[in-house]
Amino acid sequence: MIRKIQQDHARFKQIVRGRIRKNLRHYITRGEIIGKKDGKLVSIPLPQIDVPRFRFGARQQGGVGQGDGDPGTPLGGDPQGQGGGQAGDQPGEHILEVDISLDDLAQILGEELELPKIEPRGHKSLKTTRDRYTGVRRVGPESLRVFKRTFKQALKRQIAEGRYDPERPLVYPFREDRRYRSRKVAEEPESNAVIVYMMDVSGSMGFEQKEIVRIESFWIDTWLRSQYKAIDSVYIVHDVAAKEVDRHTFFHIRESGGTKISSAYALCDRVIDSRFNPSDWNIYLFHFSDGDNWGGDDTKRCMSLLREQLIPKANLFCYGQVKSAYGSGQFVKDLQEHLAGEEKVILSEIDGKDEIYDSIKAFLGKGK
Amino acid sequence: MSPVAPGIPRPLSPVEVELLRLKDEIAAHAGSYGLDFYEVVFEVLDYDEMNEVAAFGGFPTRYPHWRFGMQYEQIAKGHSYGLQKIYELVINNDPCYAYLLRSNSLVDQKMVMAHVYGHCDFFKNNYWFGRTSRKMMDQMANHGTRVRRYIDLYGLEAVEEFIDACLSLENLIDLHAPFIRRHEERPRTEVGEEEDEEERFRAPVRKLRAKDYMDKFVNPPEFLEEQRQAMEERLERQRRFPEEPERDVLAFLIQHAPLDRWQRDVLTIVRDEAYYFAPQGMTKIMNEGWASYWHSRIMTERVCGPDEIIDYADHHSGTLGTQPGVVNPYKLGIELFRDIERRWDTGRFGLEWERCGDAAERARWDRGLGLGRERVFQVRKIYNDVTFIDEFLTEDFAEEQKLFTYGWDKQLGQYVIQDRDFRKVKQKLLEGLTNFGQPFIHVDNANYQNRGELYLVHEHAHSGVDLRQDHARDTLKNLYRLWSRPVHVRTVMEGRDVVLSYDGKKHAERSP
Repeated sequence: MIRKIQQDHARFKQIVRGRIRKNLRHYITRGEIIGKKDGKLVSIPLPQIDVPRFRFGARQQGGVGQGDGDPGTPLGGDPQGQGGGQAGDQPGEHILEVDISLDDLAQILGEELELPKIEPRGHKSLKTTRDRYTGVRRVGPESLRVFKRTFKQALKRQIAEGRYDPERPLVYPFREDRRYRSRKVAEEPESNAVIVYMMDVSGSMGFEQKEIVRIESFWIDTWLRSQYKAIDSVYIVHDVAAKEVDRHTFFHIRESGGTKISSAYALCDRVIDSRFNPSDWNIYLFHFSDGDNWGGDDTKRCMSLLREQLIPKANLFCYGQVKSAYGSGQFVKDLQEHLAGEEKVILSEIDGKDEIYDSIKAFLGKGK
Repeated sequence: MSPVAPGIPRPLSPVEVELLRLKDEIAAHAGSYGLDFYEVVFEVLDYDEMNEVAAFGGFPTRYPHWRFGMQYEQIAKGHSYGLQKIYELVINNDPCYAYLLRSNSLVDQKMVMAHVYGHCDFFKNNYWFGRTSRKMMDQMANHGTRVRRYIDLYGLEAVEEFIDACLSLENLIDLHAPFIRRHEERPRTEVGEEEDEEERFRAPVRKLRAKDYMDKFVNPPEFLEEQRQAMEERLERQRRFPEEPERDVLAFLIQHAPLDRWQRDVLTIVRDEAYYFAPQGMTKIMNEGWASYWHSRIMTERVCGPDEIIDYADHHSGTLGTQPGVVNPYKLGIELFRDIERRWDTGRFGLEWERCGDAAERARWDRGLGLGRERVFQVRKIYNDVTFIDEFLTEDFAEEQKLFTYGWDKQLGQYVIQDRDFRKVKQKLLEGLTNFGQPFIHVDNANYQNRGELYLVHEHAHSGVDLRQDHARDTLKNLYRLWSRPVHVRTVMEGRDVVLSYDGKKHAERSP
């Protein structure tokens, strides 16, 4: 039975979605949503979704309480927030926490940023198999017994044997009458994807810069995950040398030292060659840095690595340059100069948290 | 609420048979105590059905609106996280409908039933419920049908937006309107008649009849001047619109705002429901107190077996428990009723009692009057929360119950206990209850600046508390939607008189 409340509840959820969409730019720049990522649901705080009324401002108002304590004793929390401070039944100030699945969030992100659906590269060589219970067979576990077919079979047999009495329509299925559902394996071509995140952790990348990278990668991750069934992530950090790390380390590591970007590209190339055959995988490369590379030689090496190795293998190479007080910001200019006209390359400069939104749009807006 | 084919009674389960037996038993006990109630129909619901009904404010069906969905979300979440559980719900209707949670233990069901009969007696007999519709169950369903029809005709968005705007003004009603006539109904004036009236006022001032030679003594110039002024004032008042300040803002809008038929009807629905729910807001403490008083008596004196009393006591104290620093209306209500009963049994009222300053004598005061029962029944009939607290909250009581006032401490940045002074406590309690905790706002002028603008006044002096600014602005926006001319509200913000305005494009704030 469909409950009447379902309609109102669905409408409410729709409104909430609208609110999130409207304020997406605001939510995107806030780190705490990411912190709340727990399983597949994220909680989003939505203040003031309730109907506005002429009502009293609470703080001035105060109220009456009951219990021990001398004048001046602080009360724990807000008595009105617990809905009982005023003897009346005014609701307290609620901040509504709405649960929303990551898939929904990705969809909202997609709608709002007008992100195109990603078209996987032509080769769907990876096969996934899915089991579907579409057939019927004579043996199987009792839990899969098909009552209807079994009954029919028994009825047929009994009529054929002349043992069916319409006056006393009793049907006894024998062992041979029993029918069970059987599964058939369906093969579905499936595209797989890997995201390689590379981050510059040299001394000039401070907490704020890493926070930006963290937030941006979260949203990129959310979107790409909604587009591919299985997705792999590789995290690489580098200063003068590069190494592969896990997700936690990637976001929390504190390194210092100089910068040799080529080290990361070289490592990335090795990882791809050894684990992710470009003919089987859609490969996304994201690199975040403050753009301060060490020496022109290294930059030259980077360019050749990119042009000859990484870009041909990848769907997309995205470079996000985070502004930092120390960085010269030269690298993005070098990329522009050397890789102009490369379709698979997207560059974006992120000056602050507020620009994350536009940067995501730039990165994912091409639908590669 | 499982679907049952009409006419074919579903066989009752053993539990239901037992519940029916209990219902008859408890109804008989309640009746024998003198409670007087409508027939009560109990429905047994599982938790999800209960959450749904609770989200609908106790009714099985309402007009479609997202806020019920929001309430459901909150209730359902509170339930699944184990923060709250709704034991029972009862609605003011004839017959009374009440819901029992299927998973409640039998002791709980008994307690809930006894509680429900208390509520039902209150609904039927309390004067403030006297003008509420007793067929609200049907009316709510009708409201639903009407709104659904409008949605079919005019589209969900349009109707929903309009309902949102109406709900924004839901609290601007006149609680006493059902009981008194604020002003004489003016007979409808025919076209043309109005001009005659003005003519009449413009005519020379009427003199008292006197012979010519006496005229200047009977009608001296001062007298004539006075007459003329009085007449002008009357004329001035007639030009005002509305002539008298109108607290029932919703009714005023229904009559005078430029609305389509369906909009008028939706606004009427919102207003009818607001008036239906208003007495429940006005008698929360009394209503819950009364019901708790009776479930406690019925359970402990009649129904509870020796094997049930511990469970009963556990749940009873659960409902009456106070969180530190919070007044629980159940607790305050039941204690006040018990106090009244005790005082009238022992004769602790009247001048003699008030004047007696001897603590020892007061402590053993007992006139053996035994009027308690009679008095509590009387109280439940004619009082509401404001008058109830005002009349019966005594200094002794406040001290015994450890009541205090609290307020916001700017330096500490949190709420602190302010005072235990009886007068202040009572004052604060009453302020919170007056107009069920809502600001008094009336229509002062609907032709403001002779431009058809709506001018409301917030009667700030009543509570001395400012309006919440952000809400006030959004509400003005919604008011504008209905009035479609600029709207203003005069109020006080941090000690300054201000007028907040919205003209359809932007908000403004100025001093009057």
